[in-house]
This record gives sequence, C-alpha cells and structure tokens, in this order.
Amino acid sequence: MTDVTKIIEVEHLNFRYPQTEGRPALNDVNLTIEQGEWVAIIGHNGSGKSTLAKSLDGLLPLTPDSGTIRVAGITLSEDNVWNIRRQIGMVFQNPDNQFVGATVEDDVAFGLENIGLPREEMLTRVHAALKRVRMLEFADREPARLSGGQKQRVAIAGIIALQPQIIILDESTSMLDPTGRIEVLETVRELKEQANLTVISITHDIDEAANANRIIILDDGEIKESGTPAEIFQYGERLIELGLDVPYAERLKAALRRQNLVVPQQYLTEEGLVDWLWTLHSKM
Amino acid sequence: MMNKLLLGRFIPGHSLVHRLDPRSKLLLSFYYIGIIFLANNWQTYLVLFLFTILAVRLSEIKMSFFIRGVRPLIWLILFTVLLQVFFTRGGTTYWSWGPIVLSQFGIVNGIYIFMRFVLIIFMSTLLTLTTPPLSLADAIEAILKPLRVVHFPVYEVALMLSIALRFVPTLMDETEKIMNAQRARGVDFGEGNLFQQMRAVVPLLIPLFVSSFNRAEDLATAMEARGYQGGEGRSKYRVLVWHAIDSWSVVGFAILTVILIWLRA
Repeated sequence: MTDVTKIIEVEHLNFRYPQTEGRPALNDVNLTIEQGEWVAIIGHNGSGKSTLAKSLDGLLPLTPDSGTIRVAGITLSEDNVWNIRRQIGMVFQNPDNQFVGATVEDDVAFGLENIGLPREEMLTRVHAALKRVRMLEFADREPARLSGGQKQRVAIAGIIALQPQIIILDESTSMLDPTGRIEVLETVRELKEQANLTVISITHDIDEAANANRIIILDDGEIKESGTPAEIFQYGERLIELGLDVPYAERLKAALRRQNLVVPQQYLTEEGLVDWLWTLHSKM
Repeated sequence: MMNKLLLGRFIPGHSLVHRLDPRSKLLLSFYYIGIIFLANNWQTYLVLFLFTILAVRLSEIKMSFFIRGVRPLIWLILFTVLLQVFFTRGGTTYWSWGPIVLSQFGIVNGIYIFMRFVLIIFMSTLLTLTTPPLSLADAIEAILKPLRVVHFPVYEVALMLSIALRFVPTLMDETEKIMNAQRARGVDFGEGNLFQQMRAVVPLLIPLFVSSFNRAEDLATAMEARGYQGGEGRSKYRVLVWHAIDSWSVVGFAILTVILIWLRA
C-alpha cells in the first residue's frame, strides 16, 4: 500500500557521476515529502542538491542498484519516466537556458505540444497559465525583451499549464535581482496555495528557505539535518561551515553573543530581532 | 550592429503584404525569381517593373529600404553587367578593342541584367521586410513537410531553426559581454592588420563556444524535463492560416505569368 499523502519517497538513493573518482554525488539518501509541503534543500556547491533534484525527475542515468524513487506512487523506471515528468515541473537556474519558444506564449505551449494536446485546449491552457503568473500582456514578447524574473515566471507558467503536482525550483532565483526573486517566490507561493502543489526549492538563500515548512541540509551527498526553519536556524554559525549564507539576524546574534550578551536561542526574523533589541533594556 | 544585419530587417506592420501567409510569400517569391527569366524585351521588363512597384507600394514600406537592399550587392551587379556589355556581340558595334566590344545588343543585355538583379533583390527584400524570421521558419517547415515521406526530420529541423533564431539575441548579448571583459584585459578588437585582428577574435570565440555548449546542455535538460521526446506525437501551437488574400495573390501571379508569356518576344 502506498500512502497517498506521501508524494515523494526516496529510499537508499546513491548516485555517482560517470567518470568521476572519489565521493559519490549522493550517498544513501532517504527522504519522504508529503503532499502540499514546501521543502527547502540547502547545502553548499557540490553538496548534491541539484543532483538530488534531477534524479527525482529522472534526468540522471540511474542504475537499478541506485535505490528507489517513488513519485505520486509511481516507482521511477525507464518505462514510466515520462509519466513522472508529467507530475513534476522543474524551474532551473538560468532563465535564458530554459526558454525554448521564440515568444512567451510559444514557450508556455512547448510542454503542451510535447504531450500532443489539441490546439484548442492549448490556447485556453496557455491563456490561463499566463494569467496566473501575471504575464498575459507579455504573451507575444520575445525573451530578449523580458527581465530575468519575468522569464522565470514564464517558465513557471509553462509548468502549471501541464498541471503537475510538484514544482522543483532548482536555484531558480539565484540569478535574479531582489525584485525578481520576490516576484518569483510570491508567484510560486500563490500557486501552491491555489492548487495544493508540493514545492521543493533548492537554494543558497536562507531567506527563501525560511519560508519553507521544512529545511533539509545536504552535505557531501548526505542528508545532515532536517527540521523546521526555526530548528535549523538555531545552529547559527554552524550553518556557515555548511557553506550557507546565514541570515543577517543570525549573524548579528552570533556577534552579540561574542560580546557576552545573552541572546534568545530561537530563530528571529530581522524584525523580531529589532523588537527584541529595542526592548532589551526597557523596564516597561 | 550584427543584430540589424540578421533580424532587424523585419519591419512590423499591418499592410496587405504583411498579412499574407508566410508560405504563400515564400513560395511566390521563389516563383517570381523563376518567371523573371521569361522576360526578354522591354515590354515584359516594364510589366515586371510595374508589378514589383505595386507590391512594394502595397507593403507600405519606404522605397529607401529597398534601395538599401541593393547596395551590398552593387559590385556584383556592376561586374555582371559590364561582362554582358563588353562581351556581347550583335547589332550595331559602336566601339571595339581586341575581344572587348561595345555593341547595341550588349548595352540592351546589360540593362536587362541590371533590371533582373534589381527586381529579384526588391522582391526578396520585400519578403524579409514583411515576414518575421519565425514565420519564415514556420513556412519552411510547412514547405518541407512532404519530405517526411523520405524520413527527413522536418519537425526537428524546424525546432532547430526556431531555437537558433531565439538564441541570436541572447548570444549577441553574450558576445558583447565577453568583448567588454576581454577589452578590460587589454584585447584590441578591430585594430592592427588582418592577422592581428583575426588573433583578437580567438579570446572572443573560445569563451563564446564554451558557454554555448553549456547553454545547449542546460537547454536539453530543460526540454527533457518538459517532456520533449522528439518530433513524433507533438501537436502544434502555432498554425498558419491561408486567407483569401493569399489565394488572390496567387491569382495575381498567374495573371502576371500569362501577360509575360503573351508579351515576350
């Protein structure tokens, strides 16, 4: 019996890139993700984050002894990889390198053309998807005339047009400016609420991770920690050892601690820390 | 600069010619090049000239754009015309020097060749000025479709063409960036003799190639993640629609052909 609420189950996943010596990229990874969850996977470069994401979508040459991956109850194999890809939409890092169509609407339609959808259906789906990511007025634009954030939103439209259950953001915001980053994350958040999507976001940006339900830390291809953002951020400076950008509030707390100040243990947002600081000596 | 050369030729508009189906425009342009060879006297050339002017007027694009289209080819045209003028014998001979003659037929032939060049350039310029490159790619796909019988990968070629067109501006930007980065490191572009200029291109081309291959790999992964499994079984979002004006322009060309056959010597 497969539990329907467990949308992704990974058991004993091992992977080594062909023609590489030394450490495997993924080493005995076990992972379960519930439907509707937002999971952030963090870790420094080469920790295996992207490898894990790609393996979920069957984009890596996995061998039978690599372990098992089950997506929406289907076990990943060569025969049903295309079924699994229909359940998962991936947004990659470089906005330009995933824009296939010559214009915005062509790009959104690309995935629909691949599954051979009739044209009438495509027209309605492209329209609806562009409307949901608020890119409808750009439908006939060429990618050269869009910002990075807009291109990533088009990529998201291309994904939701296919109505998947899972969205994987593979460092999708790392090449964007702060505005673009907020645009993209807001869009994903909205869509997740509307369609009860499961979101896996792979990121360096802890502020992005702070909004997840759960954070998983990968290091050298192994899961090091897993917990809520509040739990994970308590590690403070240790996060830097794992190659992460610690949020400003946490860095400040660590610096205050070095000045022998007693600071709260739990994770505070920047605002929370400001509130704590200005009430510190207040006796009211 | 290069951008203008490749893509900037298209001038957006809503004229009759703009609204023609790219398939009919492409096929009729080729057809026109064919029937130009029917013309062999001043009447037929006059008819062709008037027809071309009419087509240009219908496109609502300024004549100067068309004249600019002739300019890059002017040396080739002059060379061919002079060959015709000086090596054709017949009619009254005005002047001769060894094998070189200036004859009546030579001059008339030279004028005809010149007309032929200009008319062909005007018509093909009309095609590229009024048709977006992407529509041309669609038209090529539609025209090549019968070749599927001999297992020619029409869909794949069409997708390749459209991806290539889509990446032109992206790679232009990239070239610009690399050029600036290399300039900052002291590379001189466009200076020195030919050999030095060619050497300066190497530090531009190598990073460009490397990054293009990386892009290609990313794009292939993204396409696969979005379910691309080759051309079979794909539907098409972009469709070409044959309108009444397309049929009418075919009729127009048919009438032109009849007139040419009737008037030619």
